[in-house]
Amino acid sequence: MGTTDSVLVRAWAAVKRVPEIRILLVVIAFALAMWAYDPRFLSPATINTILLYLFGFAIMACGMTMLLVSGGFDLSVGSVAALSAMTAAMLMKHPAILLAWPLAFLAGLAVGAAMGLINGWIVARVGINPFITTLGMMLLARGLTHVVSGGMSRSDFGPQFCWLGQGRVAGVQMPIIISLTLVVVADVLLRKSRFFRQNYYIGGNEQAAWLSGIAVNRIKMFNYCLSGLLAALAGLLFAARLDSAAPNQGEGDELKVITAVIVGGASLSGGKGTVFGAFLGCVLLAMILPAIRTLHIEVHWEKAVVGSILLLAVLLDRIGRKEK
Amino acid sequence: MVNTPHTVLRLVGIHKRFGAVLALDGVDLNVNAGEVHALVGENGAGKSTLIHIVAGTLPPDRGEIFLAQSGARGDRSSPVSREASHTEGEEGDASALRRVQFRNGHEALCAGISAVFQELSLVGTLSVAENIFANRQPVNRWNFIRRGDLRRQTQALLDGFDIGIEPDTAVERLSVAERQVVEILKALSSRPRVVLFDEPTSSLTQRETRTLFSLIHRLRGEGTAIIYVSHHLPEVLELADRVTVLRDGRRVATLPRSDVSERDLIRLMVGRELSDIYGQPHWFPEKQAAETPRLRVAGLGRRGVFSGVAFDLRPGEIVGLAGLVGAGRTEIGRALFGLAPATEGEIWLDGRRIWPRSAGEAMNAGIAYVTEDRKALGLYLRHSVRDNLAAPWVSRAHACAVRGFSTGAGFLRDRQLDDYAEASRKRFRIVAPDVRQTVGRLSGGNQQKVLLAAWIGIEPRVLIADEPTRGVDVGARGEIYGYLRELAQSGTAILLISSDLQEILGMSDRVLVMRAGRIVKQLDRAEATEEGIIAAALGAGAEPNLRVTETQSPSTQT
Repeated sequence: MGTTDSVLVRAWAAVKRVPEIRILLVVIAFALAMWAYDPRFLSPATINTILLYLFGFAIMACGMTMLLVSGGFDLSVGSVAALSAMTAAMLMKHPAILLAWPLAFLAGLAVGAAMGLINGWIVARVGINPFITTLGMMLLARGLTHVVSGGMSRSDFGPQFCWLGQGRVAGVQMPIIISLTLVVVADVLLRKSRFFRQNYYIGGNEQAAWLSGIAVNRIKMFNYCLSGLLAALAGLLFAARLDSAAPNQGEGDELKVITAVIVGGASLSGGKGTVFGAFLGCVLLAMILPAIRTLHIEVHWEKAVVGSILLLAVLLDRIGRKEK
Repeated sequence: MVNTPHTVLRLVGIHKRFGAVLALDGVDLNVNAGEVHALVGENGAGKSTLIHIVAGTLPPDRGEIFLAQSGARGDRSSPVSREASHTEGEEGDASALRRVQFRNGHEALCAGISAVFQELSLVGTLSVAENIFANRQPVNRWNFIRRGDLRRQTQALLDGFDIGIEPDTAVERLSVAERQVVEILKALSSRPRVVLFDEPTSSLTQRETRTLFSLIHRLRGEGTAIIYVSHHLPEVLELADRVTVLRDGRRVATLPRSDVSERDLIRLMVGRELSDIYGQPHWFPEKQAAETPRLRVAGLGRRGVFSGVAFDLRPGEIVGLAGLVGAGRTEIGRALFGLAPATEGEIWLDGRRIWPRSAGEAMNAGIAYVTEDRKALGLYLRHSVRDNLAAPWVSRAHACAVRGFSTGAGFLRDRQLDDYAEASRKRFRIVAPDVRQTVGRLSGGNQQKVLLAAWIGIEPRVLIADEPTRGVDVGARGEIYGYLRELAQSGTAILLISSDLQEILGMSDRVLVMRAGRIVKQLDRAEATEEGIIAAALGAGAEPNLRVTETQSPSTQT
């Protein structure tokens, strides 16, 4: 009796040390509850739907997690995604340009990285706070998207470009493969690599990080640049999936991504969070809509539920910290 | 008016528990009007907890607080207590006392208890006047602030302190010492009956300390009760009428000052006698004087901050850098460490010329810097002991890989970092259940040991230790001195920046004294005295009675 107890206690202590344990349990419990109500909820088709719904958020969440861990954040990802997709679309479709798709794709990525670099430069070098900076960039990038597109959607990008969004490898759709691969890579890097681990120090105490010899400004700029680049990738894949780039594409995505990352265990005050946790946050948010459908609740409840989950996550986090 | 001391504040059986730690275990305390009552004890003895309870910012678990109904001070409409209608009448003078319970600091303030804590409570963007009279600004009948009155009243307070601060200056533009003065004036501006001071002089210059002492004397003369918490025992003995010693949450003794010596206090605090906490020097000048200096600084200057700074540090030598706050000591440390690089001069390390432009470059050259402000600049309080110890390695790709803490591809080896942290925890006797413990939960002395361990851990050739024992209890101080001596023995040269003259005298093989951005005096161990250092720090020919005006206002930090 006593020995089993201590084994259980120790196992529980070890489990509690896993930073994503809460969100993981919540996701599993949620999925099992829905499955108990209607087994079709965990069918391959539903899972596929959920993963296809969240791939863009998952990609952007990789960059956003790095930013939140280092004490920053990026409100411009939705707009930058749209601008990058629209830039690539215009380069391919504008009669005077008609650029080959790989070049257009790279140009789209470059636009995202450049926007991110501008964010990073303003935040790190000039020292403006991330909220103002990326709010400005959000409006600027959205405006530019409307300017370059003339306010109109573009489509018909050809089968090769669209394959990136619609093709399958071993039966799995490309966006799912790409996003899951990125999540795994980013998670391992942030967890294990010396370079990325510096983010935890910057978010923990920026002054102390500087005194420890960490190149704080350079890393911050890198983070914003990466966030822009990943946002661009998400936007391009989204355009490829729909075979359409719309000027209002991804409006409001930035808040969904930040919500998912925080639900996944990161904090706006920096110093904590993991990519895997952020991914689970994306999964949880992506399950809400299918769950609402399964339960035959009005679809209008989705946002209210998302908001409640965010508040609940933050409250639980605070309570958990007090217990310790 | 009675001649016998009249109790203003009485604490009975105060208990406070934080989780597993019993911070206060039935503490009684009587504080009289017109008395300076010092509270001493090691870190973790319960001093801070006790004064937070008196100030209303922490509720006690058990125990009672009684406050004199009408003090020596002109009473306002007294919102002293809410459920204190029953008067205590067991003892003669207790009839004047009334039980109080504070739900927050504001209620204590209204009852006439005002506190100056170590953590400053000022709003940087607001003016000195607005900070001092926060929430109590003089208003006209439309509830608009009367700017003129506000300014006048602030000026009157500032005049009493004899310091060149303007009421309209934004607090963020003041130096740390000046902010501390504003904090003190804020506490005094409500004309309290009881004033709590928590280490008020830790960032003050000698001159400001003197002014504060005379201010405290004046308050005492007016009948104010003062509770004074300090690690600095000479200060306590100079100022206090009575001293209460706390140890492990219990009151060990309350003694009149005339009955105790510094040694007695230390013995009561730690429960053992410390023969000489500074240890013995092992440096043999005749042997090492001939060697190449570990660090040579020549003509070092940074515009408007310091200039013409030249000195040598030989291997194994501990050199004290003394001077007033603002004389440029910290700035020299920061320049050598590449944080705020010098603009002129030369730095040589083991005969090789270096010019660090960032902390990383300085570390790679072999320089370590222990900052004076461990909470704001030194430690990652929300992170583990392990992560704190790893910080100076994680920042440097090459060093990290060479030391075996990461693979060539830059992936961290967590096992090695764990082992390293565990070894450091043992070596520096950091009291924590394990290295995953969050640093913010450790006591001040253990936090300082973590900081020191992180920097000694990179095996520097030169260590700059800026106030390495600030706010650290006597026991941990002795340990820290031991680690510094050990490090010096291994050949590292140490530049010890300190405002604690006894520390400077006890530790240093040589003493450099700075004034207004220049090194004005160099003293050997044998010839250095407190008086000599103070005289040099204040200016040539100065009497050591400290009534000297400074030639320049201290330059503020960048």
